[in-house]
Amino acid sequence: MSMIQVDIVSATESLYSGEAKCVFAPGDSGELGIYPQHLPLLSTLRPGEVRVETESGIESIYVSGGIVEVQPTVVTIFSDTAIRAHDLDESKALEAKQRAEEEMANADTDHDITSTQAALAESMAQLQLISKMRGKKR
Amino acid sequence: MAAGKEIRTQIASIKNTQKITSAMEMVAASKMKKAQNRMEASRPYSEKITNVIGHLANAHPEFEHPYMKEVGELKRVGIIIISSDRGLCGGLNTNLFRNILKQVADYQAKGIEVDICTIGKKATSFFKNSGLTIKSVLTDLGDAPHFDDLLGTVKVMLDAYDNDEFQQLSVAYNRFANTMTQVPTTAQLIPMVASDAEGMDHRWDYIYEPDAEEALSALLVRYIEALVYQGLVENIACEQSSRMVAMKSATDNAGDMVDELEMVYNKARQAAITQEISEIVSGASAV
Repeated sequence: MSMIQVDIVSATESLYSGEAKCVFAPGDSGELGIYPQHLPLLSTLRPGEVRVETESGIESIYVSGGIVEVQPTVVTIFSDTAIRAHDLDESKALEAKQRAEEEMANADTDHDITSTQAALAESMAQLQLISKMRGKKR
Repeated sequence: MAAGKEIRTQIASIKNTQKITSAMEMVAASKMKKAQNRMEASRPYSEKITNVIGHLANAHPEFEHPYMKEVGELKRVGIIIISSDRGLCGGLNTNLFRNILKQVADYQAKGIEVDICTIGKKATSFFKNSGLTIKSVLTDLGDAPHFDDLLGTVKVMLDAYDNDEFQQLSVAYNRFANTMTQVPTTAQLIPMVASDAEGMDHRWDYIYEPDAEEALSALLVRYIEALVYQGLVENIACEQSSRMVAMKSATDNAGDMVDELEMVYNKARQAAITQEISEIVSGASAV
């Protein structure tokens, strides 16, 4: 019986990699059962269980949503690291925007520590160079 | 012996600094190992998703996603700049910023405006006085950033792209070549640069579920996030290795300074003793 290569990865680690007889994944529009020689398929995933049937038994891996790509001999599952909700992403985006506005607003007024430090480091480097050059002249 | 005491205090203070820098070196060395592991761990994801994007470029999707289309005229570009939160890591951030400023100047010479998104305190404080519009800011990620921390920031930039506020988006970070070398890198995210992969000439397309638009959007957004995340973890590995090298040279320099000062101190001490002896001798002979 032909086998299918299965890779399950998340952004921070590889969750599973190996040969399997078939794979079941929780597709957004219904459970997907994938056997070797499946047609190319691209689907989003619901949070749920991915089951990988291998020679030695069934591996079960939880994914919190993601994407599955199917090629005739390879299945790749991209697992999300967290459940994504549109509203949640939206509020995070707003937060990031606000921070940017704050930073822009007090751009010129405060000479904060970091920029002063940068200036200091620069003049230190210049001084060092000067003293080095003087040392060479001597 | 007034000078002698001064030199001694100076030596003591340099030795203290040396202790700090050598401690920082060791901390950076151990953090670097972890950062490198994280970088390796996130590689499968970004490599695999890049693969899929490669397949996609060869497939002939019935639906053409905006991120994959070439845009007409370039009027504004967006750059996501990834820097470190902390300093004392050699020229890491400065090199990257200089690289970016050069690109910005090139764009502006062509009449193209630049919007930026800064990740890390250093980039934020550097670029807020640069006159460029900062679209979004993300700081205090720590040594082990979470993938989800990025979502909001990246979304701001993607939304701006969707609204045609700019027509190209890139990410700039330090690529980790090895412990000694960090390469300032800028990679274009959207529109995607089509790669002509090998072999698959025949016409084929995916089956999309639930539909082409949704599946493609989900994939492409994740692809972009994965690239930015990869840039972020690489930059952290770069930060630690660069700090390790910088602190090592600081420790060495402090050692050299201590040696030099000790030499000066000993000379002064010897001179003082010689003088004292000669004073005693001449005093004794006078009696």
